[in-house]
Amino acid sequence: MDESTRREFFALAGGAAMLTVTLRPAEATPDMLASAIRNVVGTAPVKTGKVKLDIPPLVENGNTVPMTVSVASPMAPEDHVKSIHVFNEKNPQPNIGNFYLSPQAGRAQVATRIRLADSQKVVAVAKLSDGTFWSASVDVVVTLAACTEEVI
Amino acid sequence: MPSALVNIPKKAKRGDVIEIKTLMSHIMETGYRHTASGEAVARDIITSFTCRFNGAEIFRADLFPAIAANPFFTFFATVTESGKFEFEWVGDKGFSETASASISVE
Repeated sequence: MDESTRREFFALAGGAAMLTVTLRPAEATPDMLASAIRNVVGTAPVKTGKVKLDIPPLVENGNTVPMTVSVASPMAPEDHVKSIHVFNEKNPQPNIGNFYLSPQAGRAQVATRIRLADSQKVVAVAKLSDGTFWSASVDVVVTLAACTEEVI
Repeated sequence: MPSALVNIPKKAKRGDVIEIKTLMSHIMETGYRHTASGEAVARDIITSFTCRFNGAEIFRADLFPAIAANPFFTFFATVTESGKFEFEWVGDKGFSETASASISVE
């Protein structure tokens, strides 16, 4: 193998390695989270955007974490948010809550308090009246975990 | 003892979007905890919450153990006429509570 083909070989190999890296999704999503989302959306594609998920990025107590989900939507009968689904990655169950709205809700925004058992990713998926799905996700760091502690 | 807190404005202008806040006191036992002796504590949560205005459903929620104790919800409604908001919480072990609040729209 002369010098030039050797160099070409390495260039090619490097290119291939980079390609594999870019083809892999940015973050590995645990199966439970993925299948819980599939249960809601079916085979429809989920696009990122429109949804805003407000959770403090650093949470001291996982037992009550304030969370607000809002979706950019006029909430008119012909164009509104039908439902909002919130999921997590590492609690015992992947579901947090499903919220169903009617056009009369006026504003596509829901706030509640949730439990997080560990530092993890929280995902909100909104279903619009035209059948499209939109999502947002936030990484949350939790210092005191919820759900699994002993009852005293 | 179960009790509900509901907060809506008493008055609004026609077409206003109002904010509704509800709180229901409930332990929301996850079913994933154990006592010191190792026995599992049975799940006891509210599974569903519904808000209706003059009979028409505006907002509904399915709750999971990941909803914190004393479930608190804030959501919105467009009001076009005076009427009554009715709230209903349903859960494990036959839990069922209702509350209502009226609004006058000018």
